[in-house]
Amino acid sequence: MPQSIGIPTEVFQGEKRVATVPDVVQKLIKLGFRVAVQAGAGSAASIGDEAYRAAGATIVPDAASLWSGSDIIFKVRAPSRDEVNLLREGATLVSFIWPAQNPDLLQALAARKATVLAMDSVPRISRAQKLDALSSMANIGGYRAVIEAAHEFGRFFTGQITAAGKVPPAKVFVIGAGVAGLAAIGAASGLGAIVRANDTRAEVGDQIKSLGAEFVPVDYVEEGSGGGGYAKVMSEGFQKAQRDLFAKQAKEVDIIITTALIPGKPAPKLITAEMVQSMKPGSVIVDMAAEQGGNCELTEPGKVVVKHGVIIIGYSDLPSRLPTQASNLYSTNLFRLSEELCKAKDGQFNVNMDDDVIRGTTVVKEGVVTWPPPVPKLSAAPSGAAAAKAVTPATAPPKKGHGHGGGGEPMSAAMTTTIFAVAAVLFALIGIYAPAAFLGHFTVFVLACFIGYMVVWNVTPSLHTPLMSVTNAISSIIIIGALVQIAPPDALTVTDVPRPDVIIRWLAIVGIALTAVNMFGGFAVTRRMLSMFRK
Amino acid sequence: MSGSLTSVAYIAATILFILSLGGLSNPETSRRGNLYGMIGMTIAILATIAGPRVSAGGIGWILGALVVGGAIGLYLARTVQMTQMPELVAFMHSLVGLVAVVVGYASYIDPTAAAGMSSAEESIHHVEVYLGVLIGAVTLSGSVIAFGKLSGRIGGKPLLLPARHWLNLLLMLVVIAMGYLFLSAATIDAGMTPLIVMTVIALIFGVHMVMAIGGADMPVVVSMLNSYSGWAAAATGFMLSNDLLIVTGALVGSSGAILSYIMCRAMNRHFLSVIAGGFGSGDAAAKKSGDAAAPAGEVVPVSAVETAELLKEASSIVIIPGYGMAVAQAQHTVYEITKYLREKGKNVRFAIHPVAGRMPGHMNVLLAEAKVPYDIVLEMDEINEDFPDTAVAMVIGANDIVNPSAQDDPSSPIAGMPVLEVWKAATTIVMKRSMASGYAGVDNPLFYKDNNRMLFGDAKKMLDEVLTALKS
Repeated sequence: MPQSIGIPTEVFQGEKRVATVPDVVQKLIKLGFRVAVQAGAGSAASIGDEAYRAAGATIVPDAASLWSGSDIIFKVRAPSRDEVNLLREGATLVSFIWPAQNPDLLQALAARKATVLAMDSVPRISRAQKLDALSSMANIGGYRAVIEAAHEFGRFFTGQITAAGKVPPAKVFVIGAGVAGLAAIGAASGLGAIVRANDTRAEVGDQIKSLGAEFVPVDYVEEGSGGGGYAKVMSEGFQKAQRDLFAKQAKEVDIIITTALIPGKPAPKLITAEMVQSMKPGSVIVDMAAEQGGNCELTEPGKVVVKHGVIIIGYSDLPSRLPTQASNLYSTNLFRLSEELCKAKDGQFNVNMDDDVIRGTTVVKEGVVTWPPPVPKLSAAPSGAAAAKAVTPATAPPKKGHGHGGGGEPMSAAMTTTIFAVAAVLFALIGIYAPAAFLGHFTVFVLACFIGYMVVWNVTPSLHTPLMSVTNAISSIIIIGALVQIAPPDALTVTDVPRPDVIIRWLAIVGIALTAVNMFGGFAVTRRMLSMFRK
Repeated sequence: MSGSLTSVAYIAATILFILSLGGLSNPETSRRGNLYGMIGMTIAILATIAGPRVSAGGIGWILGALVVGGAIGLYLARTVQMTQMPELVAFMHSLVGLVAVVVGYASYIDPTAAAGMSSAEESIHHVEVYLGVLIGAVTLSGSVIAFGKLSGRIGGKPLLLPARHWLNLLLMLVVIAMGYLFLSAATIDAGMTPLIVMTVIALIFGVHMVMAIGGADMPVVVSMLNSYSGWAAAATGFMLSNDLLIVTGALVGSSGAILSYIMCRAMNRHFLSVIAGGFGSGDAAAKKSGDAAAPAGEVVPVSAVETAELLKEASSIVIIPGYGMAVAQAQHTVYEITKYLREKGKNVRFAIHPVAGRMPGHMNVLLAEAKVPYDIVLEMDEINEDFPDTAVAMVIGANDIVNPSAQDDPSSPIAGMPVLEVWKAATTIVMKRSMASGYAGVDNPLFYKDNNRMLFGDAKKMLDEVLTALKS
């Protein structure tokens, strides 16, 4: 008997999203499930009941019969008290839960002998990215934050020069470059604003720059990465430097978007009342952390307020303000989770607690609270490496690239000294014992070695093979050795010992023939290779 | 032609050789560089033949030998497959080594060579002969073994005799002892025995040295032998008091040595430890079983059609070719795929690890043969930073050069070797014949990563299927 998935209408005030869209209904049916949708569940997200019916779902008229008739419930918001009571005993619930903030809810669900998977507790490992609903919602939230700011802001974002005068571009400052922050940066620079962004994690600087914003780091050295790709609480000294930076930015910019969150903790207060006061009248602050208490001291969660002439937006339902998009992405996340839970495609959830991803997501298993999970073995950025990095003293120079031709690390002084000493002894010995004729050749030899070194050092790696074959061909110069032996003029051969002419001649002929193979072959093959290199 | 004129011609040849090497440093100037080399060589030979040390009687012999040898050389150059370049180069090195030996012997039995020299000069001449033959013989036998290994006639596994370092030391002591006997020999006949004994020992030494080096270190070996052939020429130059030989030999020798050094650095290994041999065996195997660092997880195989789908959806693709591509002769299909994807507006680039293949720059030559434009063929340092922004990284027949344990696992035998960080790409596709490990004998955790897909089979056959799937 396949399990049935129920999709209720969201009851939270102002919530417009729906947990599953018709496309995903079809996919769930392919996995073997039956799907029931409460009448009107998708209407706020512009999805009619007809679309669900066409996708194969049954439409259930009211919440009570939907909850009681479903083995599995897909939701967006954490269930209300009433909804918990509607949940069938032993059923499975998948939604946002926020277990750290809602311990009572967790107990209530456990009392219903339920199995609960929290979409906010998906472990941050690369395999789980496709079901990371926090990221997909944060992405939407970041975009919407900019749209809300633009709506309240009394000017253009982009700079213009018109017949009626010059319009300066808006300056936007984004605090926290997580998924939401990056989405906000992208949206704001897309609208033409000058965007700056700050994050405690120095490694996101490149991501910020890649979206066209300027990275404004806090001038204080401290590693800001906590586990799982999130930020952590920073030291007192760092926080002071950070406040100074924000105070300075507040005076300059028109719009501040704050996204700073630390998992399981109230949002850090980053924008003080004084900073708000120092901003230009008409400036906008969008506090994306409003639900967790806000990054700005003056934020009122869920509302837009005007304080000291600054508009402070504290909406906690930014993703819900783009309901169709958010429902699409969220339901895809749910579908990916269903795939993980139903590998057999037989319409049955199998909550396998040995799987890291499912283990982390499951907060209640058959009436037993299993939150918090053990630390996952893998993390998005290996935390071991991050820790090791933090230990490395900041003064250690970064290792240079291994470019060929780029200078390597300089040799240690001891090493250089030894080499010079050995060379000096060798040269002294040669100078004492060697005859003058030899020294002439020796000079040439040493200088030629250095020329070879200088000439070859900058060869691009792509030409190493042709270089080798050409040097090989050039080493055929040894043919001269054979040439001068083959038939020296008589004047040179007058000695007291008779010269074994025939043997030498044949040796020389063999030598010439062999080098000729090398010489002609080498040059020809190099030519052949080089003619292939083209742009 | 007078002696002075010959000397001037030699200087011109020397300059041309230097320009030739310099020209080879850049694809734009490389063809000219090769031309300079040819002109320089022609000038050197003509000047020598016309010079005071060759009489008219020898010209016929010289021309005959040149024609025969040249014909063979040109034939080889024309017919060689680009995938066989490493073998050809090794083979040619062995010829230079052989010639150095031959010229050394001829010079020794030639009484005119040392005529009119003082006794100190004569000793030095003999030392030069001895060294020339020694280096020549090591180059000869080493190159022959390298040729055998590269062409697959000899297994690539390093041959490690017990106490091999002591054996090498013993051989060296014998060589020095023979050198003493050789120098103190009163007549040429008396000196012949030590010279022959030394030649045999040098040959054994060359064989032993290259046999002990594993297949993965072949790029170092090939460029090292290149360097030896240069030193052999330089030693011959000392022997014959010929500055042109000395200069050219030194140029070739030092350039080969630098190339070997660059290769070693690319593998983060000491030159001496490469020469001492024994990579990926012995201690490494013991370490591996001790640490049990074998990566866990499952390998996800894909079909050629799925690979084509992944490529179709990707906007930026990096292809990492390795020795497997050379073995399968897949470079032309790779180019066809590249061309197709580029026409679709995708950013396709190649990432070349410095020691990919069996010879420095091996992959570049193969890609050039297949007409891949060289400006999309990038070095490791140029492209490593781009992997996080890459949608698909396709590894064709490479293994150790994309192994993350070089960075993550300090106990790995390849720890510290710079590698291409392909695992940072959104998806990686590894084409391999089987799950066998690379030359270093190290398991590769990349294959078990979640974002990795394996496409098993012969690279050429599989890529042909991918191409068909792409075009359908």
